[in-house]
Amino acid sequence: MLPEAIEAMTEQLKRPGNASSLHATGRRVRRVVEESRETIADALGARPSEVVFTSGGTEADNLAVKGFYWSRRPRRRVLVSAVEHHAVLDPAHWLGDAQDAHVELLEVDEHGRVHPETLRAAIERDPDDVALVSIMWANNEVGTVQPIHVLAAIAHDHGIPFHTDAVQAVGQVPVSFTGSGADALTLTGHKVGGPIGVGALLLARGVTPIPVLHGGGQERDVRSGTLDAPAIAGLAAAVATAVKEQEATARRLGALRDDLIRRVREAVPGVVLNGDPVDRLPGNVHFSFPGCEGDALLMLLDAKGVECSTGSACSAGVAQPSHVLLAMGADAAAARGSLRFSLGHTSTSDDVDRLIEVLPAAVERARRAGLG
Amino acid sequence: MGLRVLAAMSGGVDSAVAAARIAEAGHDVTGVHLALSANPQSHRTGARGCCTIEDSRDARRAADVIGIPFYVWDMAERFQRDVIEDFVAEYAAGRTPNPCLRCNEKIKFAAVLDRALALGFDAVATGHHARLSDGVLSRSVDPAKDQSYVLGVLTREQLSHAIFPLGDSTKAEVREEAARRGLTVADKPDSHDICFIADGDTRGFLAQRLGAAEGPIVDQGGEVVGSHQGAHGFTVGQRKGLRIDRPAPDGRPRYVLSIEPVSNTVTVGPRSALEVTTITCGTPVWNGPAGRDDLTVQLRAHGEVYPCRFDETGDGLTIELGRPATGVAAGQAAVLYSGTTVIGSATIVSAA
Repeated sequence: MLPEAIEAMTEQLKRPGNASSLHATGRRVRRVVEESRETIADALGARPSEVVFTSGGTEADNLAVKGFYWSRRPRRRVLVSAVEHHAVLDPAHWLGDAQDAHVELLEVDEHGRVHPETLRAAIERDPDDVALVSIMWANNEVGTVQPIHVLAAIAHDHGIPFHTDAVQAVGQVPVSFTGSGADALTLTGHKVGGPIGVGALLLARGVTPIPVLHGGGQERDVRSGTLDAPAIAGLAAAVATAVKEQEATARRLGALRDDLIRRVREAVPGVVLNGDPVDRLPGNVHFSFPGCEGDALLMLLDAKGVECSTGSACSAGVAQPSHVLLAMGADAAAARGSLRFSLGHTSTSDDVDRLIEVLPAAVERARRAGLG
Repeated sequence: MGLRVLAAMSGGVDSAVAAARIAEAGHDVTGVHLALSANPQSHRTGARGCCTIEDSRDARRAADVIGIPFYVWDMAERFQRDVIEDFVAEYAAGRTPNPCLRCNEKIKFAAVLDRALALGFDAVATGHHARLSDGVLSRSVDPAKDQSYVLGVLTREQLSHAIFPLGDSTKAEVREEAARRGLTVADKPDSHDICFIADGDTRGFLAQRLGAAEGPIVDQGGEVVGSHQGAHGFTVGQRKGLRIDRPAPDGRPRYVLSIEPVSNTVTVGPRSALEVTTITCGTPVWNGPAGRDDLTVQLRAHGEVYPCRFDETGDGLTIELGRPATGVAAGQAAVLYSGTTVIGSATIVSAA
């Protein structure tokens, strides 16, 4: 966590209270919550009333996807990109399985981009039946950044609400809610150096999804539950800091990333960089290592003190080929032989040196172990 | 400098304590849970098997307590091919396979070991109850839990990369140690039966895969005394579930004497006809020392032990038992011991 976030959060942990209470303590806590709301709105080009606090990205995504679908009945088409995070994909598929929705996955190109024509053509097959469109701002696995304002404008041409999961984008690339034209935008604390377990859905004025959580109606009657003021204060401090430093961070991490990509390509001939070569997150590097199993490579690198990730893991912990890579046209073997290297505010060129030092031998060994 | 050891962790108490012991001995240990089903829920539910999500979590939890890295390896395809399909094919051929033994032979000490060696490990450790010292396998000090039989098929090469840290302890001691180490699996029930047959209904499992095919049950004279729904539902020595409505002339119980898959015929007869003294086996694996004192043979898991002598034939082994055995089924392993030390094994082809 960023020091600013730790400080803001611990300050509030010492002064408990319920922001919905009318007495003095409640007022004090409410002031913290509302100032946090204003800070976040200011940092992300939104109005304070457009900030709906949630327990994190997954809840915000569920609220947008299910809530828009329910509020737009009897429309049944749900258009989401094929590379969405499971927090969008799984609610969409649940709507399909249990709520009569027609879920349509928008194709991506080999870099993971949703082409505007793809979205336009999908909508125009039957625009009046589209309940919502959800396309992530930046992909969590391969780092591809989508042309969100163009895609949102296409949805709006047909009066369709547009949601974007910007969990990966905030603090990494410039994000303006108003500028994007999206009706709803998801962010989460722990991806911006804030606490885990808190996030927000930015929700344009006049847009009212049906709630997922019913209760006290604390957040615009769209989200219920006593607000976690310390976490919200930590979130606001983290968002403010991350956005203020976004440009400098992007410059620093982008240079580190480009250096890492260049040196991995030199050290391991035949590696394939996944994701958009230009429009990608500054802290994201994603490679396929032909002939290697990602799991084996991860284990070998972990043993050498280098931490990286394979695709998404299923509940039993068995790595499944990433749906993102499969959607980008990779075959199952290439998808299983892929690793993501994430760079963050603690990453340095020493980390890159260390990776380059141990990677060739690890790849060699993983290749000998084969594809299992 | 310690060895780099891969500890296979099923999620049970034995493999957890085994991993803890080798880590404590100063080796560089990595825990690996083998996912043996592509769809884990389809296997046994509850905490008794070795293939469920819950078991995977138990294994991870144990690894965290021990303080070692932990990974899940997907071995579902290999397990399906080398253990489950082999199991079904063996029954279809009228033999009685031991899938646990096959899993040790083809998965744990073949597919997993090969991958481990390629990835730079020196050995694979498991929680089997058996002793292994200088590459020589022998029985556990706990006769009730001894698993040297299901390891008796391993070659010298396989054994040279194996570590069994529990052979000098009884099961009770292992449970006590698990509790002392704070391993929450300490009182988890033992696994029994066959892990990939969720409800324990082997006959139903086989019928589903091999289909029902009515065939005759005949006595030793060839007279038809009943019928069955598939010869694969029977094992040599079986008495229950024959569903013959006519009693034997002498009124004594009848047992399955042999199974003939081609004609789909099950032959039954009195217990005395089950007794055999000569066992013919396929090519033996010699994995122990040359000593031949106090020779015994074990013919099935947790089965009785018989004094014996043996002769190597051209491509097999003939074992003469010191006293008759009953219910000797083709497909099972005959594991030879000198005292408590395993000296070799071979698959049973026939018995007379």
